[in-house]
Amino acid sequence: MTEFVLHASMPKIVTDLILFEYLLRLGDSPLILAQRLGEWVGKGPIVEEDLALTNVGLDLLGQARMWLAYAGEVEARCSPRGRDEDALAFHRDAGAFRNLLLVEQPNGNYADTMTRQFLFDAWHVRALQALTRSCDPRVAEIAAKGAKEASYHVERSGDWMIRLGDGTDESHAKTQSALDNLGMYTGEMFASDAIDAALADAGIGFDHAVLLAPWREHVDAVLEEATLALPAAEWMQGSGGRGGRQGVHGEHLGHLLAEMQYLQRAYPDSQW
Amino acid sequence: MYAQMVDTGLKEVRTADDMPPEERAFQARIDADIKIEPKDWMPEAYRRTLIRQISQHAHSEIVGMLPEGNWVTRAPTLKRKAILMAKIQDEAGHGLYLYSAAETLGISRDQMLADLHAGRAKYSSIFNYPTLTWADIGTIGWLVDGAAIMNQIPLCRCSYGPYARAMVRICKEESFHQRQGYDIMLAMSRGTDEQQAMAKDALARWWWPSLMMFGPSDAASVHSGQSAAWKIKLLSNDELRQRFVDQTVPQADFLGLTVPDPALRWNDETGHYDFGAIDWSEFHNVIKGNGPCNRDRLQARVNAWDEGAWVREAAMAHAEKRAAGAARAVASIQQQGRTA
Ligand SMILES: [Fe+2]
Ligand SMILES: [Fe+2]
Repeated sequence: MTEFVLHASMPKIVTDLILFEYLLRLGDSPLILAQRLGEWVGKGPIVEEDLALTNVGLDLLGQARMWLAYAGEVEARCSPRGRDEDALAFHRDAGAFRNLLLVEQPNGNYADTMTRQFLFDAWHVRALQALTRSCDPRVAEIAAKGAKEASYHVERSGDWMIRLGDGTDESHAKTQSALDNLGMYTGEMFASDAIDAALADAGIGFDHAVLLAPWREHVDAVLEEATLALPAAEWMQGSGGRGGRQGVHGEHLGHLLAEMQYLQRAYPDSQW
Repeated sequence: MYAQMVDTGLKEVRTADDMPPEERAFQARIDADIKIEPKDWMPEAYRRTLIRQISQHAHSEIVGMLPEGNWVTRAPTLKRKAILMAKIQDEAGHGLYLYSAAETLGISRDQMLADLHAGRAKYSSIFNYPTLTWADIGTIGWLVDGAAIMNQIPLCRCSYGPYARAMVRICKEESFHQRQGYDIMLAMSRGTDEQQAMAKDALARWWWPSLMMFGPSDAASVHSGQSAAWKIKLLSNDELRQRFVDQTVPQADFLGLTVPDPALRWNDETGHYDFGAIDWSEFHNVIKGNGPCNRDRLQARVNAWDEGAWVREAAMAHAEKRAAGAARAVASIQQQGRTA
């Protein structure tokens, strides 16, 4: 991939176009994960977990709304249309979504859901912490609020990994199998493409590769206590700049969106 | 209501002559509006009736998450989705306070859930109706939470302390729910033709089941007298239902929606709305398990519980390993202390 560097001399409109794209990446992952967590409502293994899952879902939905609202404002600066959070959430097709492949994976059983959550949370909290140092004050502000929530999320999902991994034989087997299935979706969290590089260079974003070592250390420490292990990475999905953050998704996302977007698509001229 | 037709196990209201001295003292405290607390002496029938009433109420909060959960993934805007998720989360919280209140009477949550899953315990008839359009989510907040508040505000003064205190907390949140539901209805009844049709249809489907929430007419309520004497039922079913109709009809008028009752009219003499006869055969059938969603609702709860069994077992097994590890550590420190 050709390296593309943002220069101070570059017209503002170009920076904004790139920033818009980047904000979709930041907003779409929590949006899609919140949607997945919403599928659990009323079905948790115990009422306290129903409450806790919804709580995490609500935090992520709140973060998504802030990122997408800002994305819409930036879009208005650099294009004839500036879509609001709902236009962005409900009127884009799957190929225009910029979420990580990990978060669009189906809920599966509780071990699948918690493993997906933990692998994401351990990345998310670091990504948000890195963004608190953004030179774009709105980005820094949204990230600071999100980072506080994400640090609670990762503590919780990490605790569950330990309980499930070091629980019964059955829970151990289910959780190890979840890790084996989801491990290959973690690679794209640490791959920077031209957009990431440009924004890192401009001081707005960050270099995704630097999160890998601390993420791995955190995940390994929790998994060790849980008597679990990440699978050896043979091939990461979304490699080569063709992952969810570039709009290349799996089959699951289309179904998720069909359900999520149905009312807005069926009655496009309505206020709700 | 959320607790309908609660059986007191007694055929007649107990009079002072029937009562041994400790029961007379208990009734005197209730008559003087002194709260009964878990450690206080109470008649067995009072304890059992409260367990039935509070657990029915708790189960209603939990089962009630299902019809609304049906629309979480399809909420039309992100804001409405967030409000709905927060509401359902509140209902889960209500279920938890109420299970805790019932546990103070000497029953475990596991036992209450086992009773629900086996069909021995009831929950409100209202949650056995389907949510077919987004307007149903508005209607549930407006009518169902509205009816719940109507019933629960008096219960804040009920004789059993833990139940009364749970009600105070819950009522605050229910009034938010009602306003949010009404706000959905306002948007839809001012919306496109299709939205107005959804709003109208939702009211048509939910009106009568909402009136049934208050339970059988006073004439048919065999257990109400004793529950009233115990102050765990402060207003009669018909009084509450009338209050609900009087409050709700003007709200429907403001939305421009018609209440589906040709007999409904304002009565200047009584100062209340007159309304048509309720189809009690439908009510009794829904209570018996023959409503449109009884099977689905109960199955969904049973599935959640059964599919979660391995998760609860894992959490327990891990907690035991932790405790055993801690005990070993303490023992080895003590051992070192002795050998030192
Ligand atoms: Fe409630
Ligand atoms: Fe409520």
